Amino acid sequence: MALFLLQRLAVLAATLVVASLVVFAVMEILPGDAAETMLGPTATPEAVAALSHKLGLDLPLSVRYARWIAGLARGDLGVSAAYGSAIAPLIGASLLVSLPLAAMAMALAAAIALAAGVYAADRRGRAGDAAVMGLTQIGLAVPNFWLAILMVIVFAVTLRLVPAGGFPGWGDPARAVAALILPAIALGVAQAAILTRVTRSALLEALNEDYMRTARAKGLSRRAALWRHALPNALVPVLTIMGLQFANLIAGAIVVENVFVLPGLGRLMLQSISNRDTLVVEDGVMLIAVLVIGLNFLVDVACAAIDPRLRQRAA
Amino acid sequence: MTLLAVEDLTVDLPAADRAVRLVDGATFRLRAGESLGVVGESGSGKTMTALALMGLQPPLARVGGSIRFEGRELVGLDEDAMRRIRGDRIAMIFQEPMTALNPLVRVGAQVAEPLVLHRGMSRRAAGAEAARLLAHVRLADPERAARAYPFELSGGERQRAMIAMAIGCSPRLVIADEPTTALDVTVQARILALLDGLRAESGMALILVSHDLAVVAGHCDRVAVMYGGLILESGPTDVVLRRSRNPYTRALLEARPEPGAPRGARLKTIPGSPPHHRDVGPGCPFAGRCALTLDVCRSARPPAIAFAAGHVSRCFRAAELEDAA
Repeated sequence: MALFLLQRLAVLAATLVVASLVVFAVMEILPGDAAETMLGPTATPEAVAALSHKLGLDLPLSVRYARWIAGLARGDLGVSAAYGSAIAPLIGASLLVSLPLAAMAMALAAAIALAAGVYAADRRGRAGDAAVMGLTQIGLAVPNFWLAILMVIVFAVTLRLVPAGGFPGWGDPARAVAALILPAIALGVAQAAILTRVTRSALLEALNEDYMRTARAKGLSRRAALWRHALPNALVPVLTIMGLQFANLIAGAIVVENVFVLPGLGRLMLQSISNRDTLVVEDGVMLIAVLVIGLNFLVDVACAAIDPRLRQRAA
Repeated sequence: MTLLAVEDLTVDLPAADRAVRLVDGATFRLRAGESLGVVGESGSGKTMTALALMGLQPPLARVGGSIRFEGRELVGLDEDAMRRIRGDRIAMIFQEPMTALNPLVRVGAQVAEPLVLHRGMSRRAAGAEAARLLAHVRLADPERAARAYPFELSGGERQRAMIAMAIGCSPRLVIADEPTTALDVTVQARILALLDGLRAESGMALILVSHDLAVVAGHCDRVAVMYGGLILESGPTDVVLRRSRNPYTRALLEARPEPGAPRGARLKTIPGSPPHHRDVGPGCPFAGRCALTLDVCRSARPPAIAFAAGHVSRCFRAAELEDAA
């Protein structure tokens, strides 16, 4: 296991270096810079050059990359050109919305998928299975912004159960959670549908294995054999998909954040891109990359903890 | 004492147009400590017969006839009662020990599971007992084997672990479905010897399902030859092998390689191929390939004709086939 962890950590570090280079390069290629955007189309070239110099935009590429990485390593994310304030608290505040939102959506999806996936696999080919599969089709087909708007109309405007949008901050945790419930559902439904299908098919595969017949021959009931022997074997593909989904939920919530007027990471990124606030975008994207890569690392470790053959293969 | 009495056992699987009969009127008895070999080609119904004894036939299959085990009728027994018999009174060993063991669970824990289930042992006590069982099936390093995952053991070691799992609760009947087919010949011989030894010391009965007549001949008191869902011949092993009264059994015996046969000599084969269970007509399933077929063989199921010493053959011409083998 130690060797396995070491290997995975090396891969993690290498991936992060490549990701940082890509992020930096893409932002360099984008036309326009913060100085031009801040000063507007009427600015003189001299004024733009002066501001560029002040922001450090006229330094060579390699120097700026090195400064950026050194800053990241120290936890100094730099200063936003557009807001004129430190970037770290800016991104930190947005993460306080995005991470709990993603976690709630993921928890919802996992709970639904486990229950519905096991239920459908256990009743393969029968009415219950067909109903679950039909519901997942609908879950996949419904666009999340449409579902978001519909829920706002029903639960916020008509029934007045939860706020329609905005985020009150974590000073009042109950209100903060209430503000995230509808967005979490809007985001979670499609993920639940995907994860249900993955859980069902992974379970069906496991149920067909010879060791399931062995488990029954030992005297386990069908249900006990399913929970004790089939489900752990189905967990590796399910966890792998969950890792990808969580990353998607952190970075891909822009539309839903806009519907609910949530100050999340997606909205911050969108605004910074239109402001050409390069450094904020670079830091934000890099942070997302770190989260995604870190999460995949955790998923790999979890899968290896479940399946001894994965530890063996890596060593 | 009769341990198991199977009477007119049928297994039907509903298909698109009509039910397909996978096992047709299987009848046999087994005394405590006795061993029965069930021989047949794939699709002959031998595995389905074994699964029906455990109540583990496919979900849609219907089982008819009677299976009396320790005086108790198993056909139609409710699932909960059947579950308490499985792994405790009747245990099963499967063909592929690699896939028949759960890849994620340590071997010791898998061997311990029936003990926890049927004996109410704590996991710790069952674990200790599992190590003892692994030693009992003569695994070289039982402590290591108990801690190992299935993929860390060799095929023979895995099959020994399967056997340890099966005998944990001292079952009265062990059903081994092709237990050595996936193993090397030398390992095969040792596994079969192990099963013989366990049977001798514990008095358990053994049903050995195999496609290999030679395996069955060397290790079973009685033999049942299956073809197309029917037991075409059954009886004491030496009687069936030496004085077979069934053309199919005789064809199988002739197809065996003979020691001392000239190098490169061709083995005798049975012309044609076994019928798919959908195509079994009203007559004898072997009629299409049999050299002795009469008109009646194609129109009616051959009756079970009893001879001396519990020798039974399903063949219209059984009485004509005497001591010719």
